[in-house]
Amino acid sequence: MKLTLRVWRQQNADADGTMSTYEVDGISPDMSFLEMLDTLNEELIVKGDDPVAFDHDCREGICGACSLVINGDAHGPERTTTCQLHMRSFQDGDTIDVEPWRASAFPVIKDLVVDRSAFDRIIQAGGYITAPTGAAPEAHATPVPKPDADLAFEHAECIGCGACVAACPNGAAMLFTSAKINHLNVLPQGAPERETRVLDMVEQMDEEGFGGCTLAGECATACPKGIPLMSITNMNKEWLRAARRAKR
Amino acid sequence: MTSYADYTTGEPVADTKAPAGPVNERWDKRRFEAKLVNPANRRKHTVIVVGTGLAGGSAGATLAEQGYHVVQFCYQDSPRRAHSIAAQGGINAAKNYRNDGDSVHRLFYDTVKGGDFRARESNVHRLAQISVEIIDQCVAQGVPFAREYGGLLDTRSFGGVQVSRTFYARGQTGQQLLLGAYQALSRQIAAGNVEMHPRTEMLDLIVVDGRARGIVARDLVTGRIDTYFADAVVLASGGYGNVFYLSTNAMNSNATAIWRAHRRGALFANPCFTQIHPTCIPRTGDHQSKLTLMSESLRNDGRIWVPKAKGDRRPPNDIPEDERDYYLERIYPSFGNLVPRDIASRAAKNVCDEGRGVGPGGQGVYLDFADAIERMGRGAVEAKYGNLFDMYQRITDEDPYEVPMRIYPAVHYTMGGLWVDYDLQTTIPGLFAVGEANFSDHGANRLGASALMQGLADGYFVLPSTINDYLARNPHHDTVTDEHPEVQEVLAGTQDRLNLLLSVDGDRTPDSFHREVGELMWEFCGMARTDAGLRKALERIPQIREEFWRRIKVPGTGEEFNQSLEKANRIVDYLELAELMCLDALHREESCGGHFREESQTPDGEAARDDERFAYAAAWEFTGTGEAPVLHKEDLVFEYVHPTQRSYA
Repeated sequence: MKLTLRVWRQQNADADGTMSTYEVDGISPDMSFLEMLDTLNEELIVKGDDPVAFDHDCREGICGACSLVINGDAHGPERTTTCQLHMRSFQDGDTIDVEPWRASAFPVIKDLVVDRSAFDRIIQAGGYITAPTGAAPEAHATPVPKPDADLAFEHAECIGCGACVAACPNGAAMLFTSAKINHLNVLPQGAPERETRVLDMVEQMDEEGFGGCTLAGECATACPKGIPLMSITNMNKEWLRAARRAKR
Repeated sequence: MTSYADYTTGEPVADTKAPAGPVNERWDKRRFEAKLVNPANRRKHTVIVVGTGLAGGSAGATLAEQGYHVVQFCYQDSPRRAHSIAAQGGINAAKNYRNDGDSVHRLFYDTVKGGDFRARESNVHRLAQISVEIIDQCVAQGVPFAREYGGLLDTRSFGGVQVSRTFYARGQTGQQLLLGAYQALSRQIAAGNVEMHPRTEMLDLIVVDGRARGIVARDLVTGRIDTYFADAVVLASGGYGNVFYLSTNAMNSNATAIWRAHRRGALFANPCFTQIHPTCIPRTGDHQSKLTLMSESLRNDGRIWVPKAKGDRRPPNDIPEDERDYYLERIYPSFGNLVPRDIASRAAKNVCDEGRGVGPGGQGVYLDFADAIERMGRGAVEAKYGNLFDMYQRITDEDPYEVPMRIYPAVHYTMGGLWVDYDLQTTIPGLFAVGEANFSDHGANRLGASALMQGLADGYFVLPSTINDYLARNPHHDTVTDEHPEVQEVLAGTQDRLNLLLSVDGDRTPDSFHREVGELMWEFCGMARTDAGLRKALERIPQIREEFWRRIKVPGTGEEFNQSLEKANRIVDYLELAELMCLDALHREESCGGHFREESQTPDGEAARDDERFAYAAAWEFTGTGEAPVLHKEDLVFEYVHPTQRSYA
C-alpha cells in the first residue's frame, strides 16, 4: 500500500505545531498502525530528519500508552487501541491524518506525545482502597456477590489511555473518573471510603481543567475497553448521595 | 588478548542469609533475626525504587507505608503502565480452596521441579508460603478476581499442574494486580511518602565506598541528567527478553538498569535461562515490531498439528485428517497438547525445521479448535475463549472458528537476572533486586501463573522485611553529593556515552542494530543451542558492537525528548548482555528447563540434565566490555525435593 500521512509535528510544549505531509510506500495490510509509523521513522532517521515521537509500549492493547487521533477519531476507525489497529482498515492511496490527543488538560510534550499525569492525580485523590500491606483479612472473609464482582471488573478494565477525553467535545474526564469510582464503590471493600472517594476524585478532576459533561456519549463510543456510558450516571448518583450526606 | 569465551572460575558465591533448619521455619527465623529500624527513624531513610511493575509498585507502596521515604522511577508516562499489566493467565496461591490436595509444600515442590532443579529451595519455599497472603492483600485492595455464584473466589488449573490453584481476573490478571499496586502507590504519592518520577530512566548506579548510594537518571522529556541519592537502591526493572528484539515484552522494556548494576559489580546469574512460550501469534513479515502472546489455556481444548508432507501449501481445511500430524499427541501420548512450555516450543521448532511449518515463511503450526467446536458446541468455545479468539482475529484477520489458528513460540520471560541472596540483596551491599530483575525463584523454567506471584511476594512481603536489616546495620551518617569523585565518574561516563551516540552520525538506525543482534540471538541462543552455534554468535557479537559504534545514527540532541537516543542507549547494553547470555549457554553443557543444548539429550530427544557437573547457579562477574568474565558458582543443595529426570511421554 502507498499512503499519504499528515502528521502533527510540534518540537516541544512551548513550540507551535503544524501538520506535515509524508509519503509512505510498501505498507503491508498486516502491519499495525504503529509498525507503519515505525517504517516512516526508519526512513526519517536515515535521512537525518527527526522521527515522529509517539507513546507506545505493550502493543497488545492493555498498557494504555498509545494515544493517536486518526482521521479525527481517538484510536482510529476500529474500536480498539491504536496499537491493535491494522493497516487493512485503510485503502491503498488513502490520506491519513494523525494527531495527538487534544485536550487542555493533556498538554502536548512533543509531536503526538501528551502529558496525561492529570489522570494519575485523580487516582491519587481517592482512587484506591486503604489497605496497607499485611493488614488484609482472609480473602474469603468477605464474599462478593458475583454480579457485583462482574460489575467491578467491567469498570476496572479501564486502561487509562485517555481516549474518552480526546473524543469528548468538552475534553471531559468523566468516563475515566467514573470507571474507577464504580470499580471500587461497588465492592464491599470499597464501602468505607465510598463518599470521600467520589467527592475527592471529582474535585481533583475539576481542578485539572477537564471540561464538563454534556452527555454527548463520544467517550463511551471511543473507549477501546467498552466502559459503558452508564458509568457516568452511576458516578453522578454516587456524588449526589455523598454530597447530601456531607451536608448533614 | 584472551578471548571472551576464556572465562575463569573464581570463588564460589553462597547465600549467607537463609537460616539453617527446617525449610518451613526459615522465613520466620529470618524475619526474627533481621534487625528492625525504629519507626521514628524510618523517615530519615531514603530508598530508591526503579520500576513500577508488580514488584516495584508493591515495594514502593509498602516501604512508604512503613515510613520510609521512597523515591521511585519509571520510564513510562505513568506508574500504571509497566509490562506486568500484560500478564493474562493468573496468579498461583496455595490456598487449597478446592480441597484438591494443594498445600504450601506442593506449590514449593511443583516450582522446584518445574524449574528443573536449578532454583534455591529456601527461596522457593518462602514464595509458596507467602502466596496465600498475596491473595488476601489483593482482595482487600479491591482487585476484582473471578468469583463463583456464592461470592467466593474462583480458581482454575494452569500450566500442567494437577491442582486448581490459579486465581484470575478474566484474561487480565496482570492488569488488575498491577492497578491494585498502582493504587496503593498512588495513595502514598498523595501522602507525600513517595516522590514519583515518571518518564525518567535510570542510566547508571552510584556506588560509593562499596555501597549502592544512588542512581543517575535521565528525564526523558527534557533530557536532563540528574543524580538521586539514597540509603539503599531497589531495582525492579523487569527482565531482559527484549535482547531478542522480537519478544512478548513491551517495546521499551530493557536491561539497562540491571546491566549497569552488573557493570558496577553486581553478579548476573543464569543469563541463558530464557523462557520461550509456545502459543504466540506468528510474525507476518520484516516489519514485525513485537509478538503477541495468547494464553496457553488454549492448549486445553485446541489440537496442535502440521501437515505430514513437507511444503504442503494447501489451506488447512483442505488437508484430510490422515495427512495431518498431531505431533504432540503422537510423541507424548499421555500429556498430548498439554506438555510444558519448553517441550511444546521445541517440538514446534522441530517440525518447522523439517519444512512442515505453515503460514508465511513456514514459521507456524496449527492450533485447531474444530474438534472442540464439534464436541462442546461453538457457544461453549466462545464462552471459554471468546476474548482470545477476538484478539487473534483482530491481529491476523482470520476467523479461528472457521480456520485453525497459527501459533509459533516466542521469547516471553527471563528466569536469569541479578544474583541475590535470601534477602534479595545483590553482591553490591545496599543494592536489592526484586521481581523478574532477579534470578531467584524459577530456576531454569518458570511455571505458568508464577511470575505475578513472585513479583508481588518480593515487593509486598519479602523486601520490606529484609531491607530493614540492611538499613538498621548500615546507618549512613554521611551525605553523598555530586562533588564526590565516584559520583563525578558515573555522571561523566553517562554523559560521554550519550554524547558519543549522538556524535557518530552514521547511516544505520538503532532498530536495525537491535534487529540484527536479536535475530542472531534467536538463531543461536534461542530454543536450541549448540557449541558451534554459540561460538559463532560469540564471534559475531563483538563485530556488531564495533559496527554499531561506527555506523549508528541518532538524530536530534540529548537535551530534548528523543526516543532514538533512548533506544540506542539500551542497545549498547544489549550488545554486551547478549555476549554474556551466549557464554553462559556455552558453558552450561547440559540441557535444563528452557536451556536446551542439542549435545545433551536423552535417546528420545528430551532435555538431559547433568546434575553432577551443573547443579549450580552460574553467577558472572563483569571485568570489562568484551573481556572474559569470572564465573562464581552457587552450589544448589536439594534437601527436600530430590532431582529426577522430567518425563512427559
